[in-house]
Amino acid sequence: MAVLTEEQSMLKDQANAWARDESPVTSFRQFRNSGAENGYADNTWAQIAAMGWTGILIPEALGGSGMDHATFGVVLEETGRQLVASPLLASGLVGASALLLGGNETLSQQWLPRIAAGSAIVTMAVDEGPHHAPEQLALAATRSGDSFKLDGSKVFVLEGGSADAFVVAARTSGTAGEQSGITLFLVPADTAGISVSNLKTADSRGYADLRFNGVEIGADAVLGEVDKCFALLDALLDRARAGLAAEMLGTACEAFDRTLEYLKTREQFGQVIGSFQSLGHRAATLFMDMEFARSCVEAALRAIDADDPETPILCSLAKCKAGEFLHDMSNDMIQMHGGIGMTDEFDAGFYLKRARATEATFGGQSFHRRRYISHYGI
Amino acid sequence: MASAEDLNSFREEARQWLTDNFPSSLANKRPPGIAGFGAKLSGDWKAWQERLGEQGWSTPAWPAEYGGGGLSPEQAGVLAKEMRDVGAISPIGGFGTMMWGPTLLDVGTEEQKQRYLPDIIRGNIHWCQGYSEPGAGSDLANLQSFAEDKGDHFILNGSKVWTSGALEADWMYGVFRTDRSDKYRGISFLTLDMKSPGVEVKPIVLISGESPFNEVFFTDVVVPKENLIGEQNLGWDIGKRLLLHERQSIAGSSGDDDVVGGSYGIEQVAREYIGMEDGKLADGAMRERIAQQKMFAHAYALTGRRFSDEAAVNGPSAAVGILKVAWAKDNQNREEMLVEMLGNRGLGWEGDGFTESETKTVRTWLRSKANSIEGGTTEINLNLVAKRVLGLKGY
Repeated sequence: MAVLTEEQSMLKDQANAWARDESPVTSFRQFRNSGAENGYADNTWAQIAAMGWTGILIPEALGGSGMDHATFGVVLEETGRQLVASPLLASGLVGASALLLGGNETLSQQWLPRIAAGSAIVTMAVDEGPHHAPEQLALAATRSGDSFKLDGSKVFVLEGGSADAFVVAARTSGTAGEQSGITLFLVPADTAGISVSNLKTADSRGYADLRFNGVEIGADAVLGEVDKCFALLDALLDRARAGLAAEMLGTACEAFDRTLEYLKTREQFGQVIGSFQSLGHRAATLFMDMEFARSCVEAALRAIDADDPETPILCSLAKCKAGEFLHDMSNDMIQMHGGIGMTDEFDAGFYLKRARATEATFGGQSFHRRRYISHYGI
Repeated sequence: MASAEDLNSFREEARQWLTDNFPSSLANKRPPGIAGFGAKLSGDWKAWQERLGEQGWSTPAWPAEYGGGGLSPEQAGVLAKEMRDVGAISPIGGFGTMMWGPTLLDVGTEEQKQRYLPDIIRGNIHWCQGYSEPGAGSDLANLQSFAEDKGDHFILNGSKVWTSGALEADWMYGVFRTDRSDKYRGISFLTLDMKSPGVEVKPIVLISGESPFNEVFFTDVVVPKENLIGEQNLGWDIGKRLLLHERQSIAGSSGDDDVVGGSYGIEQVAREYIGMEDGKLADGAMRERIAQQKMFAHAYALTGRRFSDEAAVNGPSAAVGILKVAWAKDNQNREEMLVEMLGNRGLGWEGDGFTESETKTVRTWLRSKANSIEGGTTEINLNLVAKRVLGLKGY
């Protein structure tokens, strides 16, 4: 792990202890078993807000603590370890970043203090089909005077059922496939014409599909500049990807630690199974993948903080490498645990389901390989 | 830690020194060989070698009292950046600077450091490494070349194998048996002059048609006692320490994805031999594999840098073993892809029917098969990581 600042070390210890004591995987299991409609437990979210994590990126003047993405990554990694379910990433990182990058004074004053306090959840609505493809978005925003009318749909919106506002990526001109003509809007969830359908997903998190039917929204709700928001959207998505990659790294590291522990204690043929070379070598290879994923995640977060021109390449690298490692690790967690790994009573299934859901969010490995290589002109 | 002001003034100093001493004719050129690893340089390269060695900046962070640069890690970083900016590549390197020198700094006596280090820094003495033997590959401690104690000297008999650069080397360091009754505590670390009577070198022709490795035979070779490094029979720990430096130096080198066969990069080969369609590589499956290869190399380079940063604070870690595994995987996969992309142009051996880059790519591909064997096989490195990093039993 990179050499941490004192502030980061303290936050890491705090987050690690809180997640283990207050929101371990057993909490997630109870929440799943309760069949709740929204994607998180209210008391978990209240505790997260009370600790100030929702305001990590938000300036002190607006109720946050004004820290950087590398620091947020440290917290997300720890919550990822215990599969903590909350809108922290969707709102504290993505929603907050949308306003920090593109919000005007009024919108920022209106929403950022509430995001920091955890009293409002702002989430992004970008994808419209089965795969992440920001350029392909087609939800129409038609101008009429000083307002816009939104028509179309968004799918798989994180915490979509409990959000107070959506950052909606819409098309003000051009056609699907074009980068120009995209505009971002901040749309309150109670605006007339929005219908929300909660989804029941394998990972038991809170996703929703949204339908916009002639939703009227003022021009003052535009983030950035009309028709020219693709760069803003891309920068916002990169923050989301790097933050999610940090969370995924934590999830995979915990799966690794638990599996390694099993290799050291489970005995067959009169010896611990970790002494068998086929398992030891796989563990060592997974260790390599883990270290590689960590290097990429840390580099991406730091690139964002330094406004490095390589940020898009590094964010795709981080999301892809964290995704590859989490994919393999979640599979091997089950295989190396044998039969017990297949039971619902054991936690491996939760790690596997969370793995696939986070891999698919904000672009899977295949998406990011294509995005990465297109930077090299082939 | 140096202040930003100090670093800036050092930056000015380094820049001025490079302006005065680096021959501009060599900008962005790779040395024709490595001084300290067999090459005898001439002309501008020789002048650059001498000036760099005199300044000690071939080994920037080594202590100045032995002729090293005496720079702090931050200053060494600044120097590396300034050298990159003017396209200055050091022609001094090899076993001496990468492994033997750092080991000597750790364990040598004052007299031994004074004796060996200045010539390593200047690239005057070419070193080779006597480690593997016919019966001692992965099980290196099984080595049998025997140095018999004769009071003020040893008499050495036996042989070494897979010795890189032995034909050109002036001196060898290595591990030799001095006590047959104890496998690990019967090994001594010695140096020897390759011109000593009784030393014979035979090149080994590889599948690439080239001979980077040799066999070395010792028949009643006299090795003076002053050539013993550390204590007699306790050389195994020194030998292992040296291997850690080897892995650390691999950690420090980044995945140099863009220079292949000494001339061209993977995207360039793809464009030239596969072709483009609608702004993308015509072969979509190959495009995705190139992405994966480049991303692996990128992650490897970032990890090498991170491990170096962390080692500067926390000391070296056995985790560097994974970098050796990754280095081999990265190289071998890239070479395989290059040959595959060349198609039938990737089957050339020699002659006018193929370009030099094509045949060089073929030879480099074949040579790369040794990457997962030399310097500790991939399997041995995975064993070491399983044992020392993960704490698994039975390795």
